[in-house]
This record gives sequence, structure tokens and C-alpha cells, in this order.
Amino acid sequence: MNAPAPHVIWTAVCAVADIPALGARRVRRPDGIDIAVFRAEADRIYALLDRCPHKGGPLSQGIVLGDAVACPLHNWTIRLEDGHAREPDKGCTPSFAVKVEDGQVWLRSDQLLAPLAEIAAAHCPGASCAD
Amino acid sequence: MSKPRLVLVGNGMAGVRTLEELLKLAPELYDITVFGAEPHPNYNRILLSPVLAGEQTIEQIILNPLEWYAEHGITLHLGKAVTQIDRVKRVVRTADGIEAPYDRLLLATGSLPFILPVPGKELQGVIAYRDIADTETMIEAAKTHKHAVVIGGGLLGLEAANGLKLRGMDVTVVHIMPWLMERQLDEVAGKLLQKSLEDRGLKFLIGAQTQALLGNEAGRVRAVQFKDGTEIPADLVVMAAGIRPNTALAESAGIHCNRGIVVSDTLQTVTDPRIYAVGECAAHRGIAYGLVAPLFEQAKVAANHLARFGIGRYTGSQVSTKLKVTGIDLFSAGNFMGGEGCEDIVLSDPFSGVYKRLVVKGDQLVGACLYGDTVDGAWYFKLLREGRKVSDIRDKLMFGESALGDAGHQGQSKAMLMADSDEVCGCNGVCKGTIVKAIKDKGLFTLEDVRKHTKASASCGSCTGLVEQILMFTVGGDFSSAPKKKAMCGCTDASHQEVRDAIREQHLLSIPEVMSRLGWRTPAGCSSCRPALNYYLISTWPHEAKDDPQSRFINERSHANIQKDGTYSVVPRMWGGETSAAELRRIADVVDKYRIPTVKVTGGQRIDLLGVKKEDLQAVWRDLAMPSGHAYAKALRTVKTCVGSEWCRFGTQDSTTMGKMLERATWRMYAPHKVKFAVSGCPRNCAEAGIKDVGIIGVDSGWEMYVAGNGGIKTEVAQFLVKLKTQEEVLEYTGAFIQLYREEGWYLERTVHYVARVGMDYVKRRILDDAEGRKALWERLQFALQGEPDPWVEFDKAQVDTRQFIPLVPIPPTEATQGEPA
Repeated sequence: MNAPAPHVIWTAVCAVADIPALGARRVRRPDGIDIAVFRAEADRIYALLDRCPHKGGPLSQGIVLGDAVACPLHNWTIRLEDGHAREPDKGCTPSFAVKVEDGQVWLRSDQLLAPLAEIAAAHCPGASCAD
Repeated sequence: MSKPRLVLVGNGMAGVRTLEELLKLAPELYDITVFGAEPHPNYNRILLSPVLAGEQTIEQIILNPLEWYAEHGITLHLGKAVTQIDRVKRVVRTADGIEAPYDRLLLATGSLPFILPVPGKELQGVIAYRDIADTETMIEAAKTHKHAVVIGGGLLGLEAANGLKLRGMDVTVVHIMPWLMERQLDEVAGKLLQKSLEDRGLKFLIGAQTQALLGNEAGRVRAVQFKDGTEIPADLVVMAAGIRPNTALAESAGIHCNRGIVVSDTLQTVTDPRIYAVGECAAHRGIAYGLVAPLFEQAKVAANHLARFGIGRYTGSQVSTKLKVTGIDLFSAGNFMGGEGCEDIVLSDPFSGVYKRLVVKGDQLVGACLYGDTVDGAWYFKLLREGRKVSDIRDKLMFGESALGDAGHQGQSKAMLMADSDEVCGCNGVCKGTIVKAIKDKGLFTLEDVRKHTKASASCGSCTGLVEQILMFTVGGDFSSAPKKKAMCGCTDASHQEVRDAIREQHLLSIPEVMSRLGWRTPAGCSSCRPALNYYLISTWPHEAKDDPQSRFINERSHANIQKDGTYSVVPRMWGGETSAAELRRIADVVDKYRIPTVKVTGGQRIDLLGVKKEDLQAVWRDLAMPSGHAYAKALRTVKTCVGSEWCRFGTQDSTTMGKMLERATWRMYAPHKVKFAVSGCPRNCAEAGIKDVGIIGVDSGWEMYVAGNGGIKTEVAQFLVKLKTQEEVLEYTGAFIQLYREEGWYLERTVHYVARVGMDYVKRRILDDAEGRKALWERLQFALQGEPDPWVEFDKAQVDTRQFIPLVPIPPTEATQGEPA
């Protein structure tokens, strides 16, 4: 994720403590598919679309390993930082900007509201997402 | 501070594999320089034979292209042989004056072909068979010359001869020993091999001793002359009479060599601990290995020490052999020649060209030599490596794994006979052709690699044997499925048993403690090891070790089964499969209220509600007001019963009551894998007790107890354990057996596999012969289950994180009310 554009509006989602350590919470998106917010090692927070690039499994339900999550359906391992599947699997799921301030987790309002197609196009350029 | 420098001498498979392992562990630790005498990047030497035979090209067998070296910042000197090691200044030099200083030096100089000391050995057209240059020479010679003579009827010689024949030459193999491949085959198999190669047009001179090679005026070889004076024409002579570890460089530097560079279990030379040696040049415990599997095991250990992890020892390898001549099936491993104290089991069918010899010593398989039908090679090799007792399967041993009902789905067991389009892995839809292609294109050597790249055998695992066979046939004799000891997962070198032992002996109580004590390589483990460690901790130290829900698979965290669309299924417990109008009414109400799309009767006499939204789970459990059925857990699932003597006119015992007693005594019990019981009231066995982890069958005089059955991937009939008189005895014996499994089973090992591993005799000793031990086991199970909560009711006590059921619904601020937060 690049540096956010100017005048970004953020939405408070929850406190870091509201997410289980080495776990995740689901964040509802009006468009349908949730965002999974992960609390990895050392309270690093990441956000991915809650959909495995393999067969659409809910990543929020997976086991969090260091900075990756194992999908609960077929055990693909997805990097939390950028949503890419670990080699040799191929594919990626969109990732979202996260801000943590004073123990509070924030997501970008525009990304929370954006339609799915727009998110996929913006965050996974090229063919990898369509795989 | 500048990085320490690592210099690798020898750009072949063993050396580069060590670098790969090292880069995985410590990518930034060293400045690495590599010297290779050949002008090529690292290639797969064992596939030279298919190249010679025209089945593959040189490009296809490159393992690490030049970009790989660049990508990892490795300085590569190709076509440069190191000629000097200065151990005082810690520098290596090449003939043309390139110098590279080192802090650690890795020698992987491989081996040299043995050239017969006969007159004429330096003539043009006389070559060895060792590298790409030799292969290219042979391919060229085949275009312009007619007569080829291969000296040496071993693995390499026969592969060379076969390749040259396929390229149109007239080939004679000269072999001084009494039969072909005498180091890998016994006489019968050696003769069978000779016959089938003769059928392909190869000629053999067995027992012939080469005296001289004769040349023409141009200085090219024209004939081979033997001790008895006879001559045969030869335009090309390939010396394949064996290899010798290439130790000249090490010896010149004063490093102790004795049939190889002598190394310790850490692959360090005994002379200079800064210098390591791996591969064919290294002599470990007196053996220099010439096959790739041991080299890879060595590479792993050497890399671990180079990376300063300092764990892991190389303790030697078992090797197996497979000839890479398309269409000829032979396999050998271990001590196939037998000898004192050994017994042979032999099957010989000359008409179909099948010969099998199994060598048994004591109650273990110690060697195997197969010709014509090698489908069970991988299985025999596994038995051999693991040292499993075979006394209980001895009568079926010769007929292979399939005779044990263990041959994978669809009864497909002959990988060689399968077409490329045949499906191997039914779970992931992977065909044979896909697997073969991945192995060849991506240079895969291990089952683990194949699983990662193709997903074949990565789900239920029932086709593992088949995939191993395909691997074996594709990469040939240099394949080995796994080292003797199988590591738990990629995060550690420790095996399941070692982890269990360490937890018990060192009284370890948490996952981080286990990981730090046993040297885990990953900070947080992986989805294989974390659930296993969690189970080992809570089963070894009940009420002491704390359960870690985040190390459990989602089903055991949400106490329901995740479905493909992300919804869940809910199976309430029905004691012994008995229910009531009140329960059924509540279930019906729940289905209506929560709009549950599917209601299904399960095979375990319960009712499954499918398609429940995660948000509804808590309310569904509350409204059902029935205990958790644990259908989602590695735990006691169902106790299936028949109606028994209460209603059935044939019933001899009250099986329903017995089943309910068993279920109430053991529910909430986590285990290495799921556990299922059944109780039948008479030998008609309507509850199918013969395929359960514990099956109880009522007879007029009491109860028969069967264990270790399995109705899953591979149907296994349970084995008779004991005949019992009372219900109390059934409880005690069942509890003791299942507690033994809970304490000793490896994670994801069903009772059938546990019993196969430890042997039924052992189970009988622990449960039948040792009355006190049995009572103690039963008491330990009851202790472990004391106060164990129902996770559908006691959320806090069962550590159910109820936050998971409630999605977060943020309210995005509108433009008018909001700026960037401070």
C-alpha cells in the first residue's frame, strides 16, 4: 500500500484489544464481502478482503502465523501485508490501508465504502487477482 | 561490519542445495562465492541419462539458472577449478590466479570417474560419463560413428549404453563381474535385466577383462582388446567402471581423507572445523554416498550449522536404487543379498519376467530386490527405513501394500501403468501427467515439494503412495521420500515423538516454551505444528497446560464445522443415537427460526443442521438446549448403537444403555484425531462396530471389544482385543485404550495408524497384561475430563471467544462531520 492520498478520511473500527491476539475480526462492508482485520505478532494490524484468492474462503477464520494467515478451507497461506499467496501458490486478495493510533484501529472510509470491483482493480493490478 | 565470507567449491547439486537451505534459514548472513569447474550453472546430474536418451534437453535439467545466483548476490566463477586452499591465510585460488578469502569453506567437489589404467586410455573417443560435456560428446559421436563400447555394467554404464543404443549406435557392454549391477541386484535379477536389455539389442560381454584400447593413425580409438586376445570394434569407449570421491584439492591442503573427505555428523571436516564437505566427495562414517537423497539430507544439516543454528546431526542414510531406463522396472534397497541370520522370501515368475526377493532379519525387513514389478518399492523402502516390525504382516508382505488394503483410492496402485490423463489425486483433481511435468520442469525431489507445487496427495493423503511411486519413477533411483526420522513440519527438525517426549520429560506447559526449547525456526509456527503442540500440551498436562484457542483450527475455535461458503454446520449430541419428541421439536423450531437451509441425518445417528450463519451460532446452541456433539473436533464424536435387547428379538445385550454410558464417560475428550465408538447388541453387529476406533459387540456371555477400526479413507476392520463380562469392564478397558492413544498418538494419527505403528502386541501388554497400568490409564482419562466444560454452554470456561460471532459494523463519517482524526 502506498502513502495515502491527501484528505483521506478514516473510520474507527475497533480497539486493538478487541481483536484476539494472533486472531482476526470481521468488519462489515456495505458492498457485501467483509474485511478481515488481523492482529499479528507484536500487535501489528493488517486488513485484507475476507476472501481467499483460491476458493473464496473467509480468511478471518484462519490460523494467524507470524505475518500470514492459513485459509480455513484448503490451507493456502496468505501474506497479511499484501494479500499475496505464498509460493508456489499464485493469487492475491486485496489489502487495505490500516492506521493504529492510541490503541484504536482505523480503516479508510473510501475503501470501506468502495464497490468490490473497484477494490480488486485498484489493489491487485494485473492478472494475478483474476486467477 | 562486513559479513563473513562463505566460499563454495563445486557448483553441483550437493553444494548448491546446501546454499539453498542456508538462504532459507539465514538469507543475509554470508557473502557467498561459488567456484564451478564446469561452464554451466547447477544442473540436475541425475537427469543426464534422459538427456542422452533424447527424452529431455540440457535446458530442461538446469536447476539454478544464472539469474538465481544474481538474485541472491552470489559471486559465481564458472569454468574455474580451484587448485589451492591456503588454510593459514584462509584463501582459495584457481589456476589462473583468482583468489577468494573465506571464513567458512564448503567443499562439494563431487567425484571423478575411475579410468581403467590400460594402454590407449588417452585416445580420442575414450570418455567417462559424468557431466554435460561427456553427454554432448556421446550425442555427437552417435551422429558420426557406429560402434560403442561401454566398460562397466553398473547403473551408470547401463544408462549410457541404453542412451547410445537409442541414438542408433551398436553398443556392447563389457562387464568384469559375474552379473550386471552386482552392487544393486542379486544374480537372478541381474540375469533377468541382461535378458531384457539384450531383447532391446544391447550386447554383453560378461566376465571380460579389458587389456588395451587400440587406436588408428588419426589417434582415435578403433577397438577394445581383451585379456584373451580377442578384439571388438569401437569408435567410442565410455568408461563407467565406477567413481572415486574427488579429494585431490582437500588432500593437497592437508585435510584428512580416507575414501572421501572425512567429515563429522555436522559435515565439518575432522581436520579443520571452518571447512565443511558435502556430497559425493565427503566420507561420513566411512561411507561416501553417490545418490542424491543422502546429499540433500547432508545439505540440510550443513546449512543449519552454517546458519549458526547449531542443531541437527547427519547420522547416515538408507539408499535405494532404481534404474532410469524407460520400460525396465527394477528396484533394490538395503541388504538385498541377505546373509547370516537373514531369511529370504522369494517370488520368481520367469515367464512374466517378475522376480522379487525380500530379506527379513528378526522381525524386520532389511532388504528388497525387485525386478519386473516394482510398484511396492516405495512401500518396502518405507518399511525398511522406519524399521517397522513386519511379523504381523509377514504372510502378506510379498504381495505388497495393496494386499493390506492400503493401496489408495480406486484400487489404482500401479503408477507406471497409468496414462498421463489418469487422475492420481481425487481430492484436488491432479493427473499423472501434471505431476510428472512438475517434477521435471521444476526439479522436484521430495514428496513435500510435489505436494506444494501440484497439491497431489495434499488433502486426504490416500494417494501418497501413488505420488511417491511417480516421483520414484520420474527422478529415478536417487529419490528418497524422507529421511529416517520425519520432522513434524517445516518449522522444526523434531519429530512428533521427540516433541511429545520433550513436553513430558521437561514438563513444558506452553507453545512458546516448546518452540524455544526445541529450536523452532519460525516465530509463530505453522498451521500444522501449532494445533499439534496445543494438543500435546493439554493431553500431557491436563488442568496444568492452558488451552490456546488461537492454535486451533477454526472448527475447534467456533465449535461448529466451517462449510465451503463460510457458513457452519451444527450437530447436537444425541446420547447413543437416541432422541425424543421434545428434542426433535426444539430442533425443528431452531431450523425454522434461523432459516437453516439443510437438515441431514448423519452416519453417526445424529442430526446435522447445515448452513448456519456464524452470527447465529450462539443463539442456535441456546435454543437447541442440547450438548455439543463435537462433530467439529478432534475429539469423541459419536457412539453409534443398535436398539439392543430392550426391543430387538435377537438382542443379547442392552447396547443402547452401554453406548450411552460410554458416551457420557468420554464426551468432551480431545484426542489426536476424531474418535468414534459403536456398540452392537448381538453379533449381527447392526451398529457397524467393526469399523470404529472402539467397537463393542454384545454376545450372550458378555461383550467383545474390538479396536483400531476405521471406516474412512481406507476401510480398516477393527481387531479383536478382549472379551469382557460387565459394563464396568467395558468402560474401564475402553477408557484405558483411548487414554493410551491420547497419551501416545501423534497428532492426526487415527487409532488404526497408532496401533499399526506401535503394534497390537504392545497394546495388549498395556491394556490386558498390566491390570494396574490399565486402571491408572482409565483414572487419568477421568481426571483429564473432570470439570471439562461444554463449549456450547460454558463459553468462559471453554475459552470460547464470543467476539468472533459479532462482526464489527463501523459507521463511516460523512464529509460534513469529519476531518482527519488528530
